[in-house]
Amino acid sequence: MIFVATIRVLPKSEVRDPQGEAVRGALRSLGLAVSEVRTGKEIVVTFEAADETAARDAVRVMGTELLANPVIEDYAYELKEGAPA
Amino acid sequence: MTRVAILRYPGTWSERDFQHALSLVPGVESDILWHEDADLKGYDAAVVPGGFTYGDYVRAGAIAKLSPATRELRRFADAGKLVLGSCNGFQILCEAGLLPGALVRNRGLEFRCDWVHLRVERDDTPWTTGLRDAVLRMPIAHGEGCWVADDETLADVESRGQVVFRYTDERGGATAAANPNGSLANIAGVCNEGRNVVGLMPHPERCSEALLGGTDGYRVLANLAPALAGTAPALYR
Repeated sequence: MIFVATIRVLPKSEVRDPQGEAVRGALRSLGLAVSEVRTGKEIVVTFEAADETAARDAVRVMGTELLANPVIEDYAYELKEGAPA
Repeated sequence: MTRVAILRYPGTWSERDFQHALSLVPGVESDILWHEDADLKGYDAAVVPGGFTYGDYVRAGAIAKLSPATRELRRFADAGKLVLGSCNGFQILCEAGLLPGALVRNRGLEFRCDWVHLRVERDDTPWTTGLRDAVLRMPIAHGEGCWVADDETLADVESRGQVVFRYTDERGGATAAANPNGSLANIAGVCNEGRNVVGLMPHPERCSEALLGGTDGYRVLANLAPALAGTAPALYR
């Protein structure tokens, strides 16, 4: 089966995000009442797995072994069956 | 003769500088090994140089940690052999879990290319023998050199004496102004619990001869031959 995982990686809440702070300053300069910005990345992976359980196991490997560093980042994901839109 | 392997990944750029700096150390010979077929058998020490491996994609050092060379490096380190990572090499060693903590974007978002001072906190690593409390002057060149860890890891690293280098002023004071990137506790370099693996953001290979504006990097690299022979370094004490 083909699966598409959309994996979102963000810095852990206790880790400072200087990029987010810079973006917050820039958004405030637009006159917006922005209190906090966290920046991260989204990675869309199309892959094959036998079933949904195997697919979720595969995404956990992707998340912990490469896409997020557990020392500084958390990740979350959505899993869909089928090719990307 | 001490044999040193210098690992080269796609995007490594300090390997020739390291080879040149190591050529100045009597009794040391080095080879540059391509990451795909790096065989560390027969080597006494391995160096992971700076650069921008894999374009820093995902995170600095993240993709390099999955290279065959890094797996080989893990075996090598587990066997108690000496490993030194500088700059991107330090980032790779942290990503690979060979060293504690992680290196994130500099506090001020600036790429810092500068000379800094470092106080040597520990002389019980094979890379810093005889250098306890020495204040070294070395260049840095990085955008993601802010060392971070959770509170528990930081406390462990401090209590186990794994902080090897700290950013200081020229008199050895670990002030906020002397911290170029926002690293926790001014940490510039750490070692593993076994003390055979050391990583630091500064570049010892770029300050190993007077022509380059400093020789303090040589004081670190000169440890290689004598440390392995179990004797104190004879040079640049």
